[in-house]
Amino acid sequence: MKGKSGNIRAKLLPAGAFCLVIVVWWGISALGIVPGYMLPSPPDVVKAFIRDFPNLMSHALVSVTEAIYGLAIGVVLAFGLACAMDRFFPLEQAVLPILVASQTIPTIAIAPLLVLWMGFGMAPKITLVVITTFFPVAVGLLDGFKSVDPDAVALLRSMNATRRQIFRHVKIPAALPFFFSGLRVSASYAVVGAVISEWLGGFEGLGVYMTRVRKAYAFDKMFAVILLIVIISLLLMELVTLAKNRAMPWLKYRPETAAEKHRR
Amino acid sequence: MELLRTEHITKSYSSRTVIRDISIRLEKGEFLSLLGLSGSGKTTLLNIMSGLVLPDSGSVFLDGREITGQPGQVSYMLQKDLLLEHKRVIDNVALPLVLRGMKKEAARAQVDPLFEQFGLAGTQMLYPEQMSGGMRQRAALLRTYVGSSGVILLDEPFSALDMITRSQLHAWYLDIMQKMGLSTILITHDVDEAILLSDRICLMTGHPGEIRHEIRIEAPREERKDFDLNPEFQAYKRRIREILQQPEA
Repeated sequence: MKGKSGNIRAKLLPAGAFCLVIVVWWGISALGIVPGYMLPSPPDVVKAFIRDFPNLMSHALVSVTEAIYGLAIGVVLAFGLACAMDRFFPLEQAVLPILVASQTIPTIAIAPLLVLWMGFGMAPKITLVVITTFFPVAVGLLDGFKSVDPDAVALLRSMNATRRQIFRHVKIPAALPFFFSGLRVSASYAVVGAVISEWLGGFEGLGVYMTRVRKAYAFDKMFAVILLIVIISLLLMELVTLAKNRAMPWLKYRPETAAEKHRR
Repeated sequence: MELLRTEHITKSYSSRTVIRDISIRLEKGEFLSLLGLSGSGKTTLLNIMSGLVLPDSGSVFLDGREITGQPGQVSYMLQKDLLLEHKRVIDNVALPLVLRGMKKEAARAQVDPLFEQFGLAGTQMLYPEQMSGGMRQRAALLRTYVGSSGVILLDEPFSALDMITRSQLHAWYLDIMQKMGLSTILITHDVDEAILLSDRICLMTGHPGEIRHEIRIEAPREERKDFDLNPEFQAYKRRIREILQQPEA
C-alpha cells in the first residue's frame, strides 16, 4: 500500500503540470504570440463553454450514447473472441495477426467507408467505436488468460475441476486487471471514435457541431467542444477505475512491488 | 490398515525415464516421507498419485480401488500455498466443496467450524494478502484437508518458511493429523524435516529415481518436540546422508 505522502504527491504532480499548461497557453494568448482568433485564451473558452452549454449538452448526449453503445458491444465481442482464442490456440494463431494489422489502419480512413455502407445514422458511428474499442480489451484479456499461474491450474485439476470451473475460478480473476487496463484505454478511445465518425457525416453529435463551428471560424466554441470531449473521456475513464476497484476489492491488500516503491 | 498403494510405477518424459518401478504403501494414520535429492522424480511420483499425470506403467490404489489417472481422489498441496488472491480465506478453503457442486453458502457453513480447530479463527473473511506466510500455509492445509478423503500429499509445503514458523507448523501439523485421523505423504529434500515428522522414510535415489531404502523412525510422534537434539536423531541423519551420498551403481 502506498504511503499518505506518496498519495498526495501522486495527485499534486499532475495537477501542477495541468496548471502549468494552462498558464503557458494563457501567456501565449495574452502576449499575442498566436492571434486570439486562432488560439482563444482559457477564459474565452470557458465563456464559450458556459454560453453554449445547452447546445453542447444536446450534442454530447448523442456522442456519449454512440460511445457507450459502441464500447459495450466492443467489450462483449472482445470478451467472446478472447475466450475463444484462449480455448482454441489455432484460432489465436489465425486471428491475432489480422487483429494487430487492423489496428494499423487509421480510423479516419475507415469512417467514410462506414458512412457509405451504413448511411448517416448512428450505425456507422457505433461501428467505428466498436472497431476502436475492441482491440485493447481483446488483447488485454488474452494476455490476462495467459498470465494465470500454471500451478493454480494444476491445483484445481488435482481437485477434479472441469475446464469451465478452472476458467471461472482462476483464469477470469487472473485476467481482470488486464481487462480493466484495456477497458480504460478503450473508454478513452470511445468518445474520440464517435466524434471522428461524426465529422464525416450526420446531423447531430459533438463531431457534427465541431465541424459547424470550425466552418464559422468560431474557435472559442471549437475549444469548448474539445474541453467537453476531454471531460467526458476522463469521466468515462474514472468510471472504469471505480468499476475496477469495485470488482477487485482484494487489490488494495496487494503488497507494493519493488518498482512501485522505487517510483515513489 | 493399508490406505494408499502404488504398484510398479514407471514414468518417462521424451525417452528419459524419470522414475522406475516404484511401489510404496501408506498405512492409515501414517506419516510417510519421500526423501531425495532434487531431480530424483519425487514430484513426478506425487503428480501420478494425485491423478494429475498418467504413469507409463503401474497403478495407484486407494482403499483397494484403482485411482490411476483420476484427479480429486486424494488431496494435494504444493510448495506454494496457492490461495486464490481474489477469494476470501473461507472461500479458498471451501473451494473443493464448491467444485464438487455444493452451493457457496452451504460450503462456507460446512468449513466455518474447522477454522477454530486449525488455529485460524477470525481469519475467515480476510483476503490471503492480509495474512502472514505461516497463516496462509495453515489455510492452504485446511483447504487440502477439506478436499481430502483422509490422505494428504504434501509437496515441500514448509520449505519456503523461516525456521521458527516451520518448526511451529511441524508441531501443529502433527497435532492436526492426529486429531483428524489423516494419513500423509510428504516429499522433501530436508533430512531433518523428514526425520522429525515421519513414521517411515522412503529414500529416492538415482536417475531414474528408485526407492531402494526405507527407514522406520521408531521414536513416538509425541516425543519429537526436541528430537533433533537427541543422539538417536543424529544417528538417523548420518545413516540417511550415507545412503544419499552413495555413488550410483
